[in-house]
Amino acid sequence: MREEIRFLRRGREVQLRDIAPSLTLLDYLRLTEHAVGTKEGCAEGDCGACTVVLRKHVNGRLVYQPVNACILLAGQADGAEVITVEDLADDAALHPVQQMMAEQHGSQCGFCTPGFVMTLFALYHAERAGPRDRSVVNDWIAGNLCRCTGYRPIVDAALSSCSGTTGDRFTAQESAVAAALRVLDDDGDVFVGSDARFFAAPGSIAGLATLYAAHSDAVLVAGATDVGLWITKKLQTLPKVIWMGRVRALAAIEDMPDAVTFGATVSHETALPWLAAIDPDLGELMRRFAGKQIRSVGTIGGNIANGSPIGDTPPALIALGATVTLQRGDAERTLALEDFFLAYGKQDRAAGEFVRTVRVPKLKAHERFRCYKISKRFDQDISAVIGAFKFALDGSRIEAARLAFGGMAATPKRARQAEAALANGHLANEASWQPAMTALERDFTPITDHRASAAYRGDVARALLRKALLELGGTATQDTRIVGIRETADAAS
Amino acid sequence: MPPLDPLAETETATRIVRTPTAHDSAARHVTGTATYIDDLREPQGTLHLAPGGAPAAHGRITRLGLEAVRAAPGVMRVLTPADIPGRNDCSPIKGDDPILAEGIVDFHGQVLFAVVADTRDAARRAVRLAEIEIDPEPALITVDQALEAEHRLVPDYSFRKGDSATALKAGPRHLSGTLMIGGQEHFYLEGQVAFAMPGEGAMHVYSSTQHPSEVQAIIANMLKLPHAAVTVEVRRMGGGFGGKETQAAQWASLAALAAWLTGRPCKLRLDRDDDMNMTGKRHDFRADYQVAFDETGNIRSYEVTLASRCGYSADLSSAVNDRAMYHSDNAYYLPAATILSKRMKTHTVSNTAFRGFGGPQGMLAIERTIDAMAWSLGLDPLDVRKRNLYGGADRDMTPYGMRVTDNILSELIECLEKTSNYRERRAAIAQLNANSRFLKRGLALTPVKFGISFTNVMFNQAGALVHVYHDGTVHLNHGGTEMGQGLFTKVAQVVAEEFGIDLERVQITATTTAKVPNTSATAASAGSDLNGMAAQAAARAIKTRMIEFAAAEFGVPASEICFRENQVFIGCRVIPFSEMATRAWQARVSLSSTGFYSTPKIHWDREKATGRPFYYFAYGAACSEVAVDVTTGEMKVLRTDILHDVGRSLNPAIDLGQIEGGFVQGMGWLTTEELVFHEDGRLLTHSPSTYKIPCASDVPADFRVALFNGANREDTIYRSKAVGEPPLMLAISVFAAIADALHSLVPGKSVPLDAPATPESILRAVQELVRA
Repeated sequence: MREEIRFLRRGREVQLRDIAPSLTLLDYLRLTEHAVGTKEGCAEGDCGACTVVLRKHVNGRLVYQPVNACILLAGQADGAEVITVEDLADDAALHPVQQMMAEQHGSQCGFCTPGFVMTLFALYHAERAGPRDRSVVNDWIAGNLCRCTGYRPIVDAALSSCSGTTGDRFTAQESAVAAALRVLDDDGDVFVGSDARFFAAPGSIAGLATLYAAHSDAVLVAGATDVGLWITKKLQTLPKVIWMGRVRALAAIEDMPDAVTFGATVSHETALPWLAAIDPDLGELMRRFAGKQIRSVGTIGGNIANGSPIGDTPPALIALGATVTLQRGDAERTLALEDFFLAYGKQDRAAGEFVRTVRVPKLKAHERFRCYKISKRFDQDISAVIGAFKFALDGSRIEAARLAFGGMAATPKRARQAEAALANGHLANEASWQPAMTALERDFTPITDHRASAAYRGDVARALLRKALLELGGTATQDTRIVGIRETADAAS
Repeated sequence: MPPLDPLAETETATRIVRTPTAHDSAARHVTGTATYIDDLREPQGTLHLAPGGAPAAHGRITRLGLEAVRAAPGVMRVLTPADIPGRNDCSPIKGDDPILAEGIVDFHGQVLFAVVADTRDAARRAVRLAEIEIDPEPALITVDQALEAEHRLVPDYSFRKGDSATALKAGPRHLSGTLMIGGQEHFYLEGQVAFAMPGEGAMHVYSSTQHPSEVQAIIANMLKLPHAAVTVEVRRMGGGFGGKETQAAQWASLAALAAWLTGRPCKLRLDRDDDMNMTGKRHDFRADYQVAFDETGNIRSYEVTLASRCGYSADLSSAVNDRAMYHSDNAYYLPAATILSKRMKTHTVSNTAFRGFGGPQGMLAIERTIDAMAWSLGLDPLDVRKRNLYGGADRDMTPYGMRVTDNILSELIECLEKTSNYRERRAAIAQLNANSRFLKRGLALTPVKFGISFTNVMFNQAGALVHVYHDGTVHLNHGGTEMGQGLFTKVAQVVAEEFGIDLERVQITATTTAKVPNTSATAASAGSDLNGMAAQAAARAIKTRMIEFAAAEFGVPASEICFRENQVFIGCRVIPFSEMATRAWQARVSLSSTGFYSTPKIHWDREKATGRPFYYFAYGAACSEVAVDVTTGEMKVLRTDILHDVGRSLNPAIDLGQIEGGFVQGMGWLTTEELVFHEDGRLLTHSPSTYKIPCASDVPADFRVALFNGANREDTIYRSKAVGEPPLMLAISVFAAIADALHSLVPGKSVPLDAPATPESILRAVQELVRA
């Protein structure tokens, strides 16, 4: 049992033993280290001013993850190297992303700039970012807000510094750092504190199950992208924190012919290509899920376990027929994802029980999927409504439909009456959809809040279902969508 | 581009001004070494504050239970109104903004007490232990509620030109309508923050403020100190946009009060939610317009009532609403007009300055009016806009008695119309829309004419302080504050140009009330105009002395002495500027000077509502194309072309940054940024998870911005023009383009689209259009 958190910082190993379990990485940096280059803009992971990079050893290579230090627990840096904005320049020589940000007038007030620099630093080192065009850069910086520049010079700086890079001094250090991180990032259990107040990070599922069974009052943390706000906004003290991020088996992805099974702590960013392979709409949904920083640490399991009434992934996964497997001690049970959500803020998860895996079925040849997210802002916004639909088709006849919505009820929920009403409808016959449209009004009684009114939600739910049916009937998405246009229209088979 | 710049020929070559020099702090910004107030090293014993807000919008405080707060871990003291030795007021003018409210609560979140603790965390936790009971009274939250209750902040005010009522009746055509215009949160990335250091009967305060002199006066009055005992300093802000013009004072006051009472350094940094709940925003407006016009779209008479949500106190609302009135004509000649302004008092946070300062709302109303006229006539809105521009015989008088004599909009619009391919795209969009069921495109080209000067004449003054050291380096200080807009860079360029030295030799220093007194806020876009002139005057005074000295020393006429390239040319002799400085010092020549500037020509008679409130106008135009999904209300801006007038630019890179950034900020105001108040007065959108400013992908993928480079006809600093606010209003083109897209659904009908054009707002407009 290791009794300290340890990470690499400026070439040296940092050990933390006596810390509050809920200490954030940003508070560690600013208040303990007085490394004040990293800024707090919102303390909720929405503005990106606090972005730092975690350099980690994952599957035999080093990855550079941009993360929101404001809602990341300091303990989550365990086994990684923490790189901040002050670290990039080599004496007087600016890093290429810094050089271009300065030359291209990418900073005005400068307060968001450290965060942008760090996100671009991660982009600079990203292997799989694809061609660096404007839209790729926009995706990378969707989690960074700038109120001064209008972004154009920042995107230009990214394009001129992150394209065709030959590497920087961080590249040159990689083998040495990898070796150092391999030593730091062991498989053993970490437990910092006392039985009454601790930050724990078990190294195995068995260790996790045992610890959580013994401390079922502990807060289970995967990415902390939600729990972080309990700390910074609700000022909860969280005396007992169990972080799941060191359990390698929970980060596994199993690819089977008919389904993909995600371990609970697979990050959204890691899951994205797998989900996109099931259907491009799912890829687009994930692209628009928060920003890069949140996707890098937020997890598939966490987005389900926290039971948000919107939680952008559950409606889509419910429509696909996903199941969730929970574990408590040695016991496992599996249930349909929609059955996991009981009521607002209440899930079917017993004390000491944790989400182990989420199994997402792939589409069969006669199945079609569509999903749409409606929000005030396209990128990095929480949806007012999500509509996700899976149709089993026999030619243009609808054999069956699974219609799931987010933002329409206290939980992500299926529209069972509309599903029934749509069976045996025809894609070519708009009149045959009408019973389902009417049924939708019976399925849901949405509320009015700051994201949208009840009336708007109802109208949009119907519009999205209609849109899906039109697209499946052969209308090109170029004619039905502003964003997320699909490469080819898949007319009914 | 037509030859517009008759003065260009006469200007002597410049070396430092007009270059696209990077922001002076760029290298510090990108390395994280630019210091903001929260980054300052805290002296040992520093205490931290957190404010406690009211849990109701309106009512009498029946209990302020602070026992648990006082007993909480780490708490040193709890500040209440009784602790204030002097004036309990942080208002800019009227005396109606208590630093700590007493007796009556006037808005949800109004500060009632403040905790002083050994850590910020302890202070924030303690605040939540307060037990506050309020005997609620009815609260007016919206403009409509305040109008219904006739709850005015100050009496109505109006501009009247001709007999607009009779002209309205004469028509021949007549239209009326209502437009609701939302407010806007500043969302500066650096929240409000202040750090107070007690001195010997004095107070030194670091405040993230656009108005150090006002913060100084407020703190002095609060502590019953002479102004001279209080120093306020700010090196840079992490964004301001008007949100730190008056709104910084309360936090600086509380920090200073705590420092005064405890004798220890005290810091107050608001968290984001408190910042959004407790500080003022852009005013929301309701605009009711009536217009008479002829068959070709010429306006005959325009009447508009602009009612705004001012919040619970005056703050700058009078000036903001005045500026809405001054811009209710935008670029258009109104033969007869009545501009009526109603400043409504609500039980919400007191609304304040925000880039444009009311101008955007006044402009938006007449731009909607013009669109409505064009729709009803079946004309292209651009043609109606062009027809009504100021210019031509006897078409230059505004509704407030000032003549528009520097109008360049005809040429500017002509140019943008061509470079944006407006006509071809208009035709292509019509065809596209005819064949598209769900997605509609819209296009609009809208102008901006924005008046430059504080409308309160007194504020149009600035001071600077320049020292030349005997190594030839220069210390520059002036009353303007740096909030990212590049003011410090521009003014340093002016001083470097004056001395003929490299920019690196000019040391930029923090704004402080100890060096330049009695300054105006850095606001009204006037920072460079005012401080650039003041700094130039200071530099010239020193330079003049150096020239006099050199002329005597070397026996060369003053006219044969010039400063450039770090050298002083004295007849046929050349000596380095640094040596010149040394020699002047040794010869006992003063190398320090203040400089002062006050804007000429402006005057205003408030009683008669006439005068010349503006030194000049800044112009611009934008052409935006949008795509709208009429089934969901989703919208995307596809392309924007901008041509903007900055006079002859002091720094084209910085000006471009102001134009692009201003446009995007304006686009946010009119599209994604929605302030939602609960009916009980709580702001529901108090963090970036619920309040959505534009992000990178919202910027038009095709974004073409050009400067319209023609000299200011007035004698401003290097004939440049102010650029801070005007570009924000270029975003009206986006709002008009959305309306244009919706108009294609039911041609001829007026589009009932309100701002902000969120997806819901757009879908509501679609439904109303199709329904009727």
